[in-house]
Amino acid sequence: MTAQDAPETASDISANPTGHRQRRLRLRPGRILGQVISIAVTLFGLLLLTFVIGRMMPVDPVRAIVGEDASPDTYMQVYRQLGLDRPLWEQFLIYVGDVLRGDFGTSIRTGRPVIEDILAVMPATIELATFAILIGAGLGITLGVVAAANKDRWPDHLIRIVSLLGHSMPIFWTGMIGLILFYAVLGWVGGSGRVSDFYLGLVEGPTGLLLIDSLLAGEMEVFRSALRHLVLPASILGYASAAYITRMTRSFMLDQLNQEYITTARVKGLSRSRTIWGHAFVNIRVQLVTIVALTYGGLLEGAVLIETVFAWPGFGQYLTNNLMIGDMSAVMTCVLLVGVIFITLNLLSDVLYRVFDPRTR
Amino acid sequence: MTALPRSTGLPLLRPLGNILRALLRNPPSAFGLTIIGLLLLIALFAPLLATHDPHAVDLDNTLRPPGGGHLFGTDELGRDIYSRLVFGTRITLRIIALVTVIVGPIGLIIGTASGYVGGLFDRIMMRITDIFLSFPALILSLAFVAALGPSLNNAIIAIALTSWPPIARLARAETLTFRATDYVAAARLQGASTLRIIVRSIMPMCLPSVVIRLTLNMATVILTAAGLGFLGLGAQPPLPEWGAMIATGRRYMIDSWWLVTFPGLAILLVSLAFNLVGDGLRDALDPRQMTGRAMP
Repeated sequence: MTAQDAPETASDISANPTGHRQRRLRLRPGRILGQVISIAVTLFGLLLLTFVIGRMMPVDPVRAIVGEDASPDTYMQVYRQLGLDRPLWEQFLIYVGDVLRGDFGTSIRTGRPVIEDILAVMPATIELATFAILIGAGLGITLGVVAAANKDRWPDHLIRIVSLLGHSMPIFWTGMIGLILFYAVLGWVGGSGRVSDFYLGLVEGPTGLLLIDSLLAGEMEVFRSALRHLVLPASILGYASAAYITRMTRSFMLDQLNQEYITTARVKGLSRSRTIWGHAFVNIRVQLVTIVALTYGGLLEGAVLIETVFAWPGFGQYLTNNLMIGDMSAVMTCVLLVGVIFITLNLLSDVLYRVFDPRTR
Repeated sequence: MTALPRSTGLPLLRPLGNILRALLRNPPSAFGLTIIGLLLLIALFAPLLATHDPHAVDLDNTLRPPGGGHLFGTDELGRDIYSRLVFGTRITLRIIALVTVIVGPIGLIIGTASGYVGGLFDRIMMRITDIFLSFPALILSLAFVAALGPSLNNAIIAIALTSWPPIARLARAETLTFRATDYVAAARLQGASTLRIIVRSIMPMCLPSVVIRLTLNMATVILTAAGLGFLGLGAQPPLPEWGAMIATGRRYMIDSWWLVTFPGLAILLVSLAFNLVGDGLRDALDPRQMTGRAMP
């Protein structure tokens, strides 16, 4: 599961969502200003979108706060407090102002500012997604190179089936089957959650990443338990994302392998593997960085489902839990955050492209 | 695009026929097409193929393992899982068909209008698609369903709302190439209105690629719908939607593995079929890969 408009083939890159990457921006002030304005407009649009969705919801925000038995007076008071008596455009301006000041509202469920809640659950998701992308990129890049080098031969066909299978799995289902098989039957991995209940709360901070924190604290038992819990959801998430990386790597590699310099290298007597890894692969690294960055953002989507299955206390579970009880300020902040992460990753892959590719300087 | 510009149905049919032949020659895509064909047949003849009423509760026969009159076993209410899966094909097809019927025209209209009219209108429309594209499909669908209320139809609307931007972008890109052609200039000189040129001269030319993009999108639609069903935001029980079946089966999965296994396999098979066809389509349409040789 990757971003919806993620490029399908190497040639599609030019039609990428925000159109930033391929333009090979040079460090000219005009261009940078243009880009900043374009990002600002997109962010403003994001706010408008989340505002509209938030206002569409069937749950009465006032009832959610005051409860069913509140008197009409109390109701009206809260109604005015929330600013719902003002015109819509004014409500929107207030919303934008709040967001700019870093005020994303208060969660009905926890009673804490939404942003604090999200910051508290984010490390769990980052740990999961980072582990997953390491698996996904390692698997996807290797398979893609092997597939391209063996185009239309059996390894290519096999790799296509393996990677498409990962792409076609309903990820929540794979999670459950994995739990039944590797946890309940074989007992190779830990069950739900980030760590066994026994060790819960034993290690806190400073990074929030349990693997690192437990190492820093010298708690090897906790580290082992956390690793046993992490390995299954991260592998499934990584496998699901590998399909896209494989396809793109294969496509990029085919581009390179069809060029004259590869034939020259082979004629010169360079070995097959030296040609592939030493010549062709070196030339696609920059493009791969872009793809991996985009995939990393796409993992958030898979994380929503996989965190629900594994009771992983991260961003995805926070989002779905709040959806169930209709806590819209929490939900909309999550949606807004995903949008911002996506735009940032797009921009980041753009910058990386410029830094690593000498031709764009 | 080497097809002659003609504003009849021909430009759509001829390339699609060629593509279909190319797909059937490629074993993985042919397999995918077969599965999709089977899916259609199963949905059509569901009442004949089902062995039980998919909604019939039988509390004496709950959580029976596969075999003994129940091919895939029974669920927590004694309903026959095989029959529910068979009827579930109709829901899956309904989701795909409705999303396609909504998304295709919206994407086509916005894309062609934006590409042909250009200017400020184009910039605004493309900025809007950018905003939609800055979310993963599932996250935005989640937000829309949360706002509309959970139900199968709302899930379909939410998925449609999130899947039109890539189609619009594609139609716009195609339009930009056709806008400069002689036959469009000729139509304009004859005094054809903007609306007429878009509808009669440009839209038919964009159709083949839009249809293909819609096909590529179907596996994502199926997985998103199943994901929404699993989270309880899509089809509601007792509808035999596969994702929702997995969600209810989850409570019993350690002891009764068949409750989640079979619906998941059904989703996997259908989404794999669409991905195989999509993969074949991309290869058939990517000229660089056709000339590609194996490593010397």
